[in-house]
Amino acid sequence: MEESQLEGENAMSGHIGLRGKAWFQALTGQNEAREHDDPASVLTADALIGDEHALFLCVIPNPGSRFPCVRDGQVGLDEGYTLAHRVREALNADKDKPKSQKRPIIAIVDVKSQAYGRREETAGLFLAAAASSDAYASARMAGHPVISFVVGHAFSGGFLTHGYQANRILALDDAGVTIHAMHKEAAAKITRRSVADLERLGQQIPPMSYNVQDYAKLGLLHQLLHVESPLEPNLSEVNEARSAIIAAIVDARKGPPDLGVRRESRAAQKSRSAGNAARALMEHQWKNA
Amino acid sequence: MIETNAIPAFVNRGSFIELNGRERAQALFDKGSWRELVGPFDRMVSPWLPMQGVAPEFDDGCIVIKGKISGKPAVAISLEGAFQGGSIGEVSGAKMVAALDLATIDSRDGKPTAAILLLETGGVRLQEANLGLAAIAEVIASILELRQHAPVITVIAGTVGCFGGMALAAGVSSYVVMTREARLGLNGPEVIEQESGKDEFDASDRALIWSIHGGEQRAGMGLADDLVEDSVDGIASAVQQFVRAGKPAQHRSEQVELYRRRIATLDASSQIDPLALREQWKSLNSKGRTQ
Repeated sequence: MEESQLEGENAMSGHIGLRGKAWFQALTGQNEAREHDDPASVLTADALIGDEHALFLCVIPNPGSRFPCVRDGQVGLDEGYTLAHRVREALNADKDKPKSQKRPIIAIVDVKSQAYGRREETAGLFLAAAASSDAYASARMAGHPVISFVVGHAFSGGFLTHGYQANRILALDDAGVTIHAMHKEAAAKITRRSVADLERLGQQIPPMSYNVQDYAKLGLLHQLLHVESPLEPNLSEVNEARSAIIAAIVDARKGPPDLGVRRESRAAQKSRSAGNAARALMEHQWKNA
Repeated sequence: MIETNAIPAFVNRGSFIELNGRERAQALFDKGSWRELVGPFDRMVSPWLPMQGVAPEFDDGCIVIKGKISGKPAVAISLEGAFQGGSIGEVSGAKMVAALDLATIDSRDGKPTAAILLLETGGVRLQEANLGLAAIAEVIASILELRQHAPVITVIAGTVGCFGGMALAAGVSSYVVMTREARLGLNGPEVIEQESGKDEFDASDRALIWSIHGGEQRAGMGLADDLVEDSVDGIASAVQQFVRAGKPAQHRSEQVELYRRRIATLDASSQIDPLALREQWKSLNSKGRTQ
């Protein structure tokens, strides 16, 4: 446990984005931004998944970004609008195709957070994030299978911008994978607790945990994938991931294009019972109001 | 001698900001037309707060009222800024999502039902962390569904402001109404100062905060649709106007190319002067309208 925690800490300090890039390259054979006017932080590729072409997107660190507060892999203004642009491009290209032929959109997720910067706030970062969220969700509602594959970090505004509107979410079962609303140090400061207290609470309270296995208990994930080498996946691991993504695409196409599965899954029926009860009561009272 | 008729108008104007979340929602509806759903008597409380020694509230800080505005079906969802900073937890989030989804179902069935979101919130409730973040993703998804059929109107009156993931909810809304006292942004000043340092953002500099996040700035830039005075009548009439207007031809968060171009031309080599940016975008907006 101690060792795996250590790996998690290392991933937090120095390796963010490396996993994203490694998996993007492994799954698409490409590792570049689409065009010169796309920031180097947004990787885009059209690549085969199974027997169809899919759009793959990934946000990686760009140490040379003109915006200082995104250089470690945060999602900022350029990233939000570029993601939105690329997703809408696919949406428009497939708009006259039947639902079964709309291309899958695969978000490979390893994002630190949103950018914590004054430039970003001044120019309305919330709208860039909203535009990207809107594009992913619009693609999903139009019938594109949108699959999110979390291979590293998926934090707060970063995940809302890139990945959280997917029909199905896959994640690596690994100590270096963290899905959370805020990183430990900041959450501890804001809630006036020590990091140790926060970790202890996470063991008792699954929604507060930083462990991806606890996250899986919430019922929001489609599948956890175990691999031995998440930083440098070998061929069989890449093939396994590819099969899991293909299965998720098939499953997404069979279901409704909304996010209902996240509250109806067996795990969610248990972990989200209070929210589900509030929803059921709202449905009942709405009819009579 | 003080003359009695010298009382300034704002003294007699009913303040909207001084109302609590429930009173704010009630104030928007046609008289006698509304009813609160899943209210405090239903005692739908957060299961996670008591486990951490925090007293829950019977409405979980989210008030849902259904009724009529200007004679049209509408639902108001109001976040109580005085309870846990208006934060989104499992139950408050589920109430919000359910109300939006039910408005979508009614709208699809031929009864367009507008939603009014009264947002005073810092975003995710950290005591419910991942269920709060998941709820926000679902709120965004449900707004995007509903706005295809009926307008979703976000009102940020003050004084908490609208921050964190819920700023994306404002971002995907059909219309945003703000007062001068209101603020809108992804990261609040304290969070930026904590994460990037005081040089990046001095959270004690109130003039700086309002110059960036304030309602006058957001409306001036075209990131909010209406700037209204803090009065019950003023805010209610702005909401009525947008309910009657119905959904816009294009939503702001769909205008990707417009904003992508604007961001591409930003000079990021130093901090951006908020007022200069406002003037620049304002002139672009007025040109855009004539195109």
